[in-house]
Amino acid sequence: MDVLTPRTLEEALTLKAVRPEAVPIQGGTDLMVSLNFDHLRPEVILNLNEVAELRGWSRENGVLRLGAGLTYTELLHGEVAEALPVLAEASRTVGSPQIRNRGTIGGNLGTASPAGDALPPLLVEEAEVELASTRGTRRVSLGEFLVGPKQNALSQDELIAAVVVAPSRQPQTFMKVGPRNAMVISVCSLALVADREHGELRAAYGSSGPVVGLVRAPLDEVGSFAERVAAAASPIDDVRGSAAYRRHALGVLAARALERCLA
Amino acid sequence: MKIALTVNGEAREADVWAGESLLTALRDRLELPGSKNACEQGECGSCSVLLDGVPVCSCLVLAAQADGHEIVTVEGLARDGDLHPVQAAFADAGAVQCGFCTPGLIVATDDLLRRSPDPTDDEIREALSGNLCRCTGYAKILDAVRLAAAR
Ligand SMILES: Cc1cc2nc3c(=O)[nH]c(=O)nc-3n(C[C@H](O)[C@H](O)[C@H](O)COP(=O)(O)OP(=O)(O)OC[C@H]3O[C@@H](n4cnc5c(N)ncnc54)[C@H](O)[C@@H]3O)c2cc1C
Ligand code: FES
Ligand code: FES
Repeated sequence: MDVLTPRTLEEALTLKAVRPEAVPIQGGTDLMVSLNFDHLRPEVILNLNEVAELRGWSRENGVLRLGAGLTYTELLHGEVAEALPVLAEASRTVGSPQIRNRGTIGGNLGTASPAGDALPPLLVEEAEVELASTRGTRRVSLGEFLVGPKQNALSQDELIAAVVVAPSRQPQTFMKVGPRNAMVISVCSLALVADREHGELRAAYGSSGPVVGLVRAPLDEVGSFAERVAAAASPIDDVRGSAAYRRHALGVLAARALERCLA
Repeated sequence: MKIALTVNGEAREADVWAGESLLTALRDRLELPGSKNACEQGECGSCSVLLDGVPVCSCLVLAAQADGHEIVTVEGLARDGDLHPVQAAFADAGAVQCGFCTPGLIVATDDLLRRSPDPTDDEIREALSGNLCRCTGYAKILDAVRLAAAR
């Protein structure tokens, strides 16, 4: 096994092009678990921690570009949290302080779990993912990026560079159901935006289908929206909860979220 | 592979396996067994250290990622053989039974008190939410944090 530690994005992309089998590591909060338990024995690990371009965030013409290496702790406060309160709320529910200090949005996208808590907020805010390789960069909508459970649209030679989002600045919230307040994988979760500007309701559910799913409806159909969200999900029975419970809980979360956002 | 890092203020080098965690490197290569290995999956916090001043689970940091960085372990908190005030408070409050969780709690508590010298109970609970204890019970641990803050 080998660890490669590039210092620039260009160097990282060159390494990924030459060694497409290299497995990227950012915060390590998903990948290290697989390494520690021998579920994964990659030949090459690509350590992205020293790539300055992946860190931090920037803003241009009201559009935010969140570096793949942005941690949950960095998303909790400040300007990004003000622009994307739904993402800040979700970040607050992730793991523990130690996990939030290391875990990144790029890693959440890389893992592409239906339980990834950054995903529903980014989906309701219609985020795009910026993918980079030595061939250039491309942007795909988050919906297109998440192709299946723990599967994403990355090509072998690509890295996630950033998440690009034009904040709606409309009333929004995130809710998560779990057995306790800290350190829980969600049983189900919901992000909702009441987009008055576009006369639209958007909700995204987590842990309730093979991928995080988005539901849209005109604002004047608010009466049936909670039911519609519950009906759109395709949850399964597993150790964390039954399909029937998840569907019911999603309806309850959607109704509460609407109350919160339309008050 | 070789890594060079600062541990508890001292420049150190270690020869690590590429796939091993910082926790393994600290315990097995650098002879710092203070950080404990209980779950190796980020759930218990007994391996907590400061990485560039920020509390992290050392079991979830690749040792190679610590190359060129600064680590503080529980061993780095005591000065000249005297207990650190947070350590003394844990001992005095009876917040230690088997002691396995204690190093991680000490690191997390010290970080909390540096950021917030007079924390509310909610802040304490939040700051320690990534640290599990299976024997003492959290009431005495909260007492210890309050005692350390008061001192
Ligand atoms: C105790 C614990 C609690 C947790 N709680 C939660 C929770 O509440 N909610 C939640 O959503 N998650 C949770 N997680 C999972 C994890 O913290 C998140 O998924 C986190 O966002 C992963 O980010 P990372 O930077 O640590 O990823 P890493 O482990 O570094 O990487 C994750 C995956 O993404 C790939 N990757 C990383 N960066 C890139 C990149 N730039 N380009 C391409 N691929 C990349 C890696 O190859 C890997 O496959 C928890 C994990 C632990 C251990
Ligand atoms: S050993 Fe690292 S969190 Fe449990
Ligand atoms: S004292 Fe034994 S685990 Fe906390």
